[in-house]
Amino acid sequence: MRIEGTRGSVVIVGAGHAGGTVAMELRAAGHGAPVTIVGDEPHVPYQRPPLSKAFLKGGLPEEKLELRPRAWYATHDVDLRLGEPVYAIDRAARRLRLCGGETLAYDHLVLATGVRPARLAVPGANLEGVHHLRGIADARRLATDLGGAGRLVVVGAGFTGLEVAASAATLGCAVTLVARGHKVLSRVASAPVATFLRARHEAAGVAFRFGADVAAFLGDGDRVAGVRLGDGEVLACDRVLVAVGAEANDDLARRAGLACADGGIVVDGSGRTSDPAIFAIGDVSVRPLPYLGGRLVRLESVHNALEQARIAAAVIAETPPPRLEPPWFWSDQYDLKLQTVGLVAEADDLVLRGDPEIGRFAVFHLAGDRLRAVEAINAPLDFAIGKQMVAKDAPISRDALADPSVNIRAVATAH
Amino acid sequence: MAKITYVSSAGCERIVEVPTGTNVMDGALRNDIEGIIGDCAGGCTCSTCHVYVEESWVARLAPPIDIETSMLELAAAPLRPTSRLACQIVVRDDLDGLVVHIPSTQR
Ligand SMILES: Cc1cc2nc3c(=O)[nH]c(=O)nc-3n(C[C@H](O)[C@H](O)[C@H](O)COP(=O)(O)OP(=O)(O)OC[C@H]3O[C@@H](n4cnc5c(N)ncnc54)[C@H](O)[C@@H]3O)c2cc1C
Ligand code: FES
Repeated sequence: MRIEGTRGSVVIVGAGHAGGTVAMELRAAGHGAPVTIVGDEPHVPYQRPPLSKAFLKGGLPEEKLELRPRAWYATHDVDLRLGEPVYAIDRAARRLRLCGGETLAYDHLVLATGVRPARLAVPGANLEGVHHLRGIADARRLATDLGGAGRLVVVGAGFTGLEVAASAATLGCAVTLVARGHKVLSRVASAPVATFLRARHEAAGVAFRFGADVAAFLGDGDRVAGVRLGDGEVLACDRVLVAVGAEANDDLARRAGLACADGGIVVDGSGRTSDPAIFAIGDVSVRPLPYLGGRLVRLESVHNALEQARIAAAVIAETPPPRLEPPWFWSDQYDLKLQTVGLVAEADDLVLRGDPEIGRFAVFHLAGDRLRAVEAINAPLDFAIGKQMVAKDAPISRDALADPSVNIRAVATAH
Repeated sequence: MAKITYVSSAGCERIVEVPTGTNVMDGALRNDIEGIIGDCAGGCTCSTCHVYVEESWVARLAPPIDIETSMLELAAAPLRPTSRLACQIVVRDDLDGLVVHIPSTQR
């Protein structure tokens, strides 16, 4: 007999950061029913952030990426079905169909299928040496290809593009970064941070082409040998990384008739899709964010994956919901640690503390008398205190914030 | 390799072998020791890997760098002079015998 409502068997699609975490949280919450994770990659759930950072530079063994060692899943009675893509959802029967034809029954289904890198529809896009980066297999290929230095063109100045540019430059590659916008991180970072990061990359030898489009990848036989830009310039290279954003893996959900919008699967505050037996979490989901007063957004971050995994697990296991945090993120490039909290676009006024000249500063973003976001570069105390202030959402004194003689701790308590 | 003792907030001890070059947070997660979360997996941005180092060991560890001291501000449990972030304690052979106490909360 099917267990109605809550506390039944759980099938998780996607063995990534969100999918792995939901299984751990369910077991930690004492959920005793069967839990199965079905993932198309051959790996146990792992974290991706090092793929563009330490892993790419070498020296980080693959097991360091695993969220838990393989033995954990057996010990906690979590059934892992790896290397098996899910093909379809039969909502009426509450069954999943795997590509091999087998079906799996569920009481609760959690879609944690993440995103895939967007591709450029230009001639030569399938040449050997044109890379994308999402998983371990991609990172292994890219790392092998970066060995022996050479010339790399990175297309896209988002976090992945910048981190790979930094890692490759550190490995001795000559790097050119091509971006459509006129600054790095044009959609997410403030001008002071973008200007600073660009200068740091240039100091490491990275060349930029801003306001540029890729017209074609040029081959020498099967292998890429150059990139032709829209204005006709040809950048000679031996390898390319295309990092121009991501598309949600929401096709399963769309074909099953679940509500999708804004490039992902729409969920409510408890992670439920338009079918109450089906949750969607992590990069693939479009969620109402308390930090935005409930506005729907799709976020791609570890914080978001973990928070939503915890929300869904608490609903399924009927335990108290987790404490929610404003979105946070980090990025490592060269000797720089960028830490951010909140979303920069939510503010209209900024205050700089510290000194970009010495490579240590933070940009505080205000909307009225509220602190809405902080971007900190090698300024962890500003990030830590700023994160508490953003979470608290209480009025703050702009004068104190803008006064370098007032310690950031004192700013947090000034009114 | 170093044998590290993790003491839970309820006082239960677990002794596990942790490979040199990994860190005290990895040692906990890979051995299913509860109470150390590690949301950012060592990115030093979440402060959910807070531990209290046994008094007698404090001086024998490499001292915390600025980012660790700053990020401890966000630890959920009260800070003590022995507070550290487990992901920033890199395991060396001479840490054999290290004892860390896990706080009652990380979030
Ligand atoms: C190179 C890189 C660097 C990053 N750096 C940072 C960082 O510094 N900080 C930060 O906060 N975030 C970072 N991120 C983002 C972070 O890794 C993601 O937000 C996080 O992985 C999202 O987790 P997820 O479970 O939603 O997706 P994923 O971890 O991508 O997992 C989804 C899984 O589902 C599988 N899947 C998809 N469709 C199916 C199907 N039909 N059947 C079975 N399985 C399927 C996928 O193959 C994948 O294994 C980075 C990401 C990348 C790629
Ligand atoms: S794991 Fe995040 S700070 Fe240690």
